[in-house]
Amino acid sequence: MVKEIEKAGFPIVQMCNLIPVAKTVGSNRIVPTISIPYPLGDPGTPKEEQWKLRYHRTKVALESLATDIKEQTVFKV
Amino acid sequence: MKKAILYINQFFGQIGGEDKADFEPEIREGQVGPGIEFAKSLNAELTHTIICGDNFMGSNTEEAVKIILEMLEGKEMDLFIAGPAFQAGRYGVACGTICKAVKEKFGVPVVTSMNVENPGVEMFKKDMYILQGGNIASRMRKDVKAMVSLCNKILNEEEIGWAEKEGYFGRGVRKQIWLEEGTPASVRMVDMLLKKLNGESFETELPIPKLDRVPIADAIKDLKSARIALVTTGGIVPVDNPDRIQSASATRWGRYDIGVIEALKSGEYKTIHAGFDPAAADADPNVITPVDALQVLQKEGVYGSLHPFFYSTVGTGTTQAEAERMAREIVPYLKEDKVDGVIMVST
Repeated sequence: MVKEIEKAGFPIVQMCNLIPVAKTVGSNRIVPTISIPYPLGDPGTPKEEQWKLRYHRTKVALESLATDIKEQTVFKV
Repeated sequence: MKKAILYINQFFGQIGGEDKADFEPEIREGQVGPGIEFAKSLNAELTHTIICGDNFMGSNTEEAVKIILEMLEGKEMDLFIAGPAFQAGRYGVACGTICKAVKEKFGVPVVTSMNVENPGVEMFKKDMYILQGGNIASRMRKDVKAMVSLCNKILNEEEIGWAEKEGYFGRGVRKQIWLEEGTPASVRMVDMLLKKLNGESFETELPIPKLDRVPIADAIKDLKSARIALVTTGGIVPVDNPDRIQSASATRWGRYDIGVIEALKSGEYKTIHAGFDPAAADADPNVITPVDALQVLQKEGVYGSLHPFFYSTVGTGTTQAEAERMAREIVPYLKEDKVDGVIMVST
């Protein structure tokens, strides 16, 4: 899906946990998440901490869309 | 008798389903689950079975590999087997990851099996024998049989034939052999050329792998005025799942209004994804579709505006062809609303 959307000309960032999979299938902008069932907020941590993590990683994802890249890039979180 | 050890996930290890996907590695003497089927015809004693949860392997890869390698330390082993993993993406990647680590550490041959749609195939086919397996678990007997057949050849130290002949995915290894019929290359080439000129089908002796890469789309010039859309393969839908999106092998997708919603509320939205434990996402759907964070970031002026719908489908067992089609169907909505960039959250 990521590739089809990028093919249409949209910069797209994939937020996911399995980075090697995203790399292999050919996503160009990648932002890591923390797990499969809860990518953006561990229910074992306080709500406040979940929010901070989600806010931060979503912001990194937004900024990645405005970042010029020359090759496949995994953005630091 | 030679000895072999098998790796399987929590499901086939009879520990449990998605709620047990965080199960830490465990080693058991003897055979569990598919191990019993392997043991019937394998020319080696299957001495141990290792069981590990798919999420544990996926999210704590280094730790999982370390624990398992320690478990294997000092064990007699002539062969290491993993799976079969069918079309289960996390399981396939886990099988490839552990096989590669075991091969590197102990120098024993490794064999696994996956369906062509499994991402583990692309990632690991160069490193090991991956048999071309079925897409669903009902193919277990057939896949195990194919694995055993190759395993026995390895155990008996027989010559392993080329990929198509033995049924594994091509490993990019080139090996010179004498053809039985003894036709020289020049004659075979001319035969192929003639067939090509006549529009007949022919089989190349040197297939060129095609890498499906998409050119990197230009970055957004001014994030502060950009319109952003949110897409997910994590199966977040309104609780009544109005578009009846399937929980696995999805062919349908939905778009849901988030124009005036500050956050996705539990009880109003949930996940229908069958590939992981839904508890966390049902309790707070924003952990998959971060609508709450996007609304706040927009108010803070980090980006311009949010496209007023999010798009959702389920990514487990979904074929590439269906995923591509669904994305192509979504694109016109993004174009129509002049979206500048897209966030995809996948699980």
